[in-house]
Amino acid sequence: MLKQLEGSHAVAEAIALCRPEVICAYPISPQTHIVEHCGELVREGKMGRCEYMNVESEFAALSACIGSSACGARTYTATASQGLLYMAEAVYNASGLGLPIVMTIANRAIGAPINIWNDHTDSMSMRDAGWIQLFAETNQEALDLHIQAFKIAERLSQPVMVCMDGFILTHAYERVDMPTQEQVDQFLPPLQPRQVLDPSNPYSIGAMVGPEAFTEVRYLAHDKQMQALDVIPEIAAEFRDIFGRDSGGLIREYRTKGAETIVVTLGSVAGTIKDTVDEMRDAGEKIGVVTIGSFRPFPGAALRAALQGAKRVVVVEKSFALGFGGVVANNIMMSMQGTGIHVHTVVAGLGGRPITIPSLHRLFATAVRDELEDVHFLDLRWDIVKAEIARQRAQIASGPVAESILRNIQSDTAGQSASQGVRA
Amino acid sequence: MKQIDELSPEQKVKFYQKGTFTVGNRLVDQANRTVQASMARSNAITSGHRACQGCGEALGARYALDTAMRATGGNMIAANATGCLEVFTTPYPETSWQMPWMHSLFGNAPAVASGMQAAMKAKGRDTRIIAQGGDGGTVDIGFGCLSGMFERNDDVLYICYDNEAYMNTGVQRSGATPGGARTATTMPVGEQYPGNVFGTGKNLPRIAMAHNIPYVATASVAYLQDLEAKVERAMQIHGARYIHVYVPCPLGWGCASHETINLARLVVETGFFPLFEAEHGRVVRTRPIRSRVPIEEYLRPQRRFAHLFKTESGKAAIAKLQAMCDHNIAEFDLLREEEETGR
Repeated sequence: MLKQLEGSHAVAEAIALCRPEVICAYPISPQTHIVEHCGELVREGKMGRCEYMNVESEFAALSACIGSSACGARTYTATASQGLLYMAEAVYNASGLGLPIVMTIANRAIGAPINIWNDHTDSMSMRDAGWIQLFAETNQEALDLHIQAFKIAERLSQPVMVCMDGFILTHAYERVDMPTQEQVDQFLPPLQPRQVLDPSNPYSIGAMVGPEAFTEVRYLAHDKQMQALDVIPEIAAEFRDIFGRDSGGLIREYRTKGAETIVVTLGSVAGTIKDTVDEMRDAGEKIGVVTIGSFRPFPGAALRAALQGAKRVVVVEKSFALGFGGVVANNIMMSMQGTGIHVHTVVAGLGGRPITIPSLHRLFATAVRDELEDVHFLDLRWDIVKAEIARQRAQIASGPVAESILRNIQSDTAGQSASQGVRA
Repeated sequence: MKQIDELSPEQKVKFYQKGTFTVGNRLVDQANRTVQASMARSNAITSGHRACQGCGEALGARYALDTAMRATGGNMIAANATGCLEVFTTPYPETSWQMPWMHSLFGNAPAVASGMQAAMKAKGRDTRIIAQGGDGGTVDIGFGCLSGMFERNDDVLYICYDNEAYMNTGVQRSGATPGGARTATTMPVGEQYPGNVFGTGKNLPRIAMAHNIPYVATASVAYLQDLEAKVERAMQIHGARYIHVYVPCPLGWGCASHETINLARLVVETGFFPLFEAEHGRVVRTRPIRSRVPIEEYLRPQRRFAHLFKTESGKAAIAKLQAMCDHNIAEFDLLREEEETGR
């Protein structure tokens, strides 16, 4: 049924259709509307016997999910940014224990400076935690991915993160096709846990493992991730059979046939990039787009096949590894080893900075002329950066960088009053 | 090897506790025997685990969980914080737990247990949940999760096994370490610093009471029937419950392994660790002291307090500890006639 819904509400209603038994959450922007609406649906009795737990922190939220999932209950939570970092220890634990928890990440930057707007630094920080990480392009896909996520998680007994761009998707009203309960029930069978805490058949879960077996245990976890490379497309195909639309999968190609330049990206910015690429294609430029749907497991082979014919690859990503470069680009470089295809990193949209079509036009035009540097920062204000570096070299900086930047550009009264405070 | 079911009932239960100060078992009449002395005991933690000789925590956990198993008819699940109890019972691929048991992290046992009870509620099952941890996992790193569990009044019994330091990592100070004690991080140095400082740390039974949860109790492994009675009472109540069990650690405290029960008794008889029960934030029962003992008698067998007897500042520290005992005795009226308690 077509509905005009906010992204967060669409996700919460998709969760309700999946018949979760325990939802446990702690509020953080921009995830709040998801858990609020989940709470509402539980209270209205629209989630059956689902228990909604209000907890005191994100660490407790995921810890409670670990307990409930180990008891064989279908379990869901959501978080973002600082919240994900605060639960980091439990994030690794949930995957190590092989618990099929589904968690939404409403992607948001990580402070300091504190910033509530969208980029992918938060979920990328959990890159190696052993969770399957799916990225949504649109609200429709976010909704669909959650339904698939439970099935993937439960088939592999491994936790799944569904990443959707904070505010850009979570707070946007879009038309979505909401499946029926019958369709979801047909697609998603009740949870059959691989291991469960049950007094009639006692298990010990979470034993201590020494050097004699630890490497093997980690390898088996890796092996499960590699199995997901087959399971994710399989489940996307099953989804298509029942719901009649394409959603999910490992990667998505767009106008890549004969492309010399291929832009690789993930998340909602794919829409803007596709629009830009459309204009350039129509103007005769051989350019295409590949969107990554599953960042973990990383679809290396699929990407290699999709990028094989290109002369250059431009990775536009909203994440940045300080002291190194692009997080996603690094993964792509590994996959493209030996092909000789040049991979450029473009760090864009950090902390919610808009990624505009004119900027992308300039960027891609530079790339096709082979004038793009290896690591490029889209729309970086070099005047501010250079002035700050010069100032720091000239004197010992006083106060945090963000404040001195505001002072240098005298962009607002807060900056001016801060600078007056320092002088006084 | 013979299966356990084929053995005669007498062989099913082993008695190890010869020559210790352990109360109960075969020397007392049937009605007053502990769960452990019963042929039909549930055996939550089986023998053969790797605890040190004289481990108070192994003893406390065994009695507490066997009692809970009996009280629930075996219909229970336990969550465990990281610590000695977790490490010595589950060296992969072995486990000492004959009941569903889970370890997740050091700081989250109460939250994991909360999730478990939510799952049971959602599934409409009556399986009961117990969470357990040492004093570090309870008063320090897991404190936030524990307070959250209390605040929601989740149907979980949390048992803290308090040996007054981080024994699993090499005897460092915790928020439950008493003043004057020597730990790996509170070395007694010179006249000015006789071990752990006074006036810090947390009294978790009182903090638990401040949450107004239905049941809070303290217990000691010297009084095993008392511990069992408290666990049994706790399992009859729904909602958040907390039992703080005093469990000496011979390794960390520097005492002989046969002193465990003696020290667990002395800490009560000195008034340093009063045994009480509280309901909804109010103390309802206390265990009076039979023969009052000065704090020196409790401190002397332990190397962690040996430095206190050598210096003037150490003697001042002992006086402070004695004052704390006196305060507890007055506050809980521990020297009254025993008839009043009905025990």
